[in-house]
Amino acid sequence: MAITEVPHIVTARRGYEDSHTLERYLATGGYEGLRKALTMTPEAVASEVDTASLLGRGGAGFPAGRKWSMLRKDPLTYLVINGDESEPATFKDHLLIESDPHQLIEGVLIAAYALQVTRAFIYVRGEFALGLERVQQALNDAYDHGAVGADIFASGFSIDVVVHPGAGAYICGEETALLESLEGKRGFPRIKPPFFPAAIGLYGQPTVVNNVETMSNLPWIILNGGAAFAALGAGRSTGTRLFALSGRVRNPGAYELEMVKTTFRDLIYAPVLGGGIRGSNQLKAFIPGGVSAPWFGPDQVDLPLGQDEVGDAGSMLGSGSIVVMDSADCVVRAAWRITKFFARESCGQCTPCREGSGWLERVLYRIEHGTGREEDLDLLLDVSDNISPGLQWPPQQTTICVLGPSIPSSIHSAIEMFRDEFLLHIKEGACPHA
Amino acid sequence: MSLTQENLARAKELIALYPEPRSALIPLCHLVQEQDGWLRPDAMEEVAALVGVTPAEVRGTATFYDMLHTESVGTYAISVCTNIACLLDGAAELLEHAEGTLGIGVGGTTADGAITLEEAECLADCDRTPCVQVNHRYVGAQSLESFDQLVADLRAGRRADTIPNHGTLVRVRRTVGLKADPAQIAAERAAMAAAQADRAAAKAPVGGSSS
Ligand SMILES: Cc1cc2nc3c(=O)[nH]c(=O)nc-3n(C[C@H](O)[C@H](O)[C@H](O)COP(=O)(O)O)c2cc1C
Ligand code: SF4
Ligand code: FES
Repeated sequence: MAITEVPHIVTARRGYEDSHTLERYLATGGYEGLRKALTMTPEAVASEVDTASLLGRGGAGFPAGRKWSMLRKDPLTYLVINGDESEPATFKDHLLIESDPHQLIEGVLIAAYALQVTRAFIYVRGEFALGLERVQQALNDAYDHGAVGADIFASGFSIDVVVHPGAGAYICGEETALLESLEGKRGFPRIKPPFFPAAIGLYGQPTVVNNVETMSNLPWIILNGGAAFAALGAGRSTGTRLFALSGRVRNPGAYELEMVKTTFRDLIYAPVLGGGIRGSNQLKAFIPGGVSAPWFGPDQVDLPLGQDEVGDAGSMLGSGSIVVMDSADCVVRAAWRITKFFARESCGQCTPCREGSGWLERVLYRIEHGTGREEDLDLLLDVSDNISPGLQWPPQQTTICVLGPSIPSSIHSAIEMFRDEFLLHIKEGACPHA
Repeated sequence: MSLTQENLARAKELIALYPEPRSALIPLCHLVQEQDGWLRPDAMEEVAALVGVTPAEVRGTATFYDMLHTESVGTYAISVCTNIACLLDGAAELLEHAEGTLGIGVGGTTADGAITLEEAECLADCDRTPCVQVNHRYVGAQSLESFDQLVADLRAGRRADTIPNHGTLVRVRRTVGLKADPAQIAAERAAMAAAQADRAAAKAPVGGSSS
């Protein structure tokens, strides 16, 4: 099957126990991409990334090359790497950080050179204790190796990289909240527009924020050329992506697959991938891109794993995490738990998000626990509409960040697909799956 | 209790890594927790003095983050994820079991001070469900039986080599300071201060509404 013949761009070292060490990294072509980049002009490096059409892997899918070109010219600019990975069901950056920290660091160095940034920060989610140790060790070793620091590889370019630990707050994955957190404050997203990080970022200086997986692709892109990357996938979705598959499949895990050329069906059912639904149950619904994304039903399983393809079908590929629910799973319970997450993690700055999430959570809870009322479905949709006017996709944003409008995603799609099941809970006064 | 000489030196090394001292606030809180297990009020004052903010700002920031504790916690914090992937695979039942066998509710600490139980949001290990961390280290998927064994092992000190005490986040230290030209870094700080002064003069609203 063609699925497995795709080059492993970010998971090339996955088979090695010692994939996180400098020895293994150097033995498998490590830092060759950086060496090559340093022989090119910074503009030429950026241009390769532009040619690659590398879409950001953090969730929003903005092209990295374009983001870089928007960095406001200033004597002092920063590069910040988003390793906060906390979108529920997303577990690919965690793997990249733990198993291949040098690849991440090399990517950061390549980006820093292209952007001519002399200070980069890698923000790693606080709960990744081992990951933090692995990146710090790799960074120490990279300094000793001459890849980071003053005059790296005798190129005349100097760069310092700092690993920064988070402390547990989902919202700090949102890039402006992350910058606030990196400044030692509470993780409150900043109002934008007018100011995006590329204009006013860390300590008010122009800043590029990129995701861990986005960075991890750079060594391969520089070594093999942006065109080789762009030759994989189709349309705007080029290269491969590390998809995190969880839920009711036989083989949950993170799989690096070519964009667009692979479908959700391949991912869920191929024996070398998800291996199909566990037991004798049937596919009921799946979340295509993290819990902020509207759900899909079995009739959408043949959609390709491509950003625009999924977007056009009314959801998003988001953080590349797919959760599979089967016929024995209760969708009310699932929607309730996801909403509880948002209620807990809302930073509280915007009223619709802060109040709405709590309301929705309580209503879903009572439906799941058999004390729901007939009018509750309308109430859910009404409150959802207050957070995300018109319940359109992509959502209309009335809050400071997009956490707010993400809250109704699961509720709205679950009610559309499974209204009867919600009503059954209410009529029977209990969860039919319990 | 205040920072030991050694930790004070480390605090200063950490502060030196950032464009402004305040950025070291969270790393310093982790350092304090490594020493004391939690953020004592006097430690928060010390952090405040080190990074140049008020103690109230340290507390205000610390209380925003799940991992920073302004009250004491057990030697081992067991976090059970009950988010979507784990929920589909028995996490709620595991958490209920944990509450029953430990005799505490979520957020509680056992009488012997050994264990604090936490209900976690997704811990990014969703292919090994239900996911459990102890002091932020993955211990793999847990069944009800293996959970009891885990607790017994923790209490008997059998996991001490792989799971350091609560508060110790990272055992690997940064071994080098900043290497790029110090003059450049000084110029960087000066340029930034100038830019900030310019913006303040122009009354340009910089985003962000925190304290
Ligand atoms: C609520 C919220 C949470 C987010 N969490 C993450 C995250 O954990 N990791 C991440 O890389 N991006 C996250 N993002 C997206 C970032 O804001 C940003 O778009 C991304 O880091 C940019 O990197 P990229 O362009 O390389 O994808 C989040 C966004 C929102 C609104
Ligand atoms: S939408 Fe929610 S999380 Fe985002 S800034 Fe507003 S209150 Fe905070
Ligand atoms: S949902 Fe439990 S670790 Fe991700």
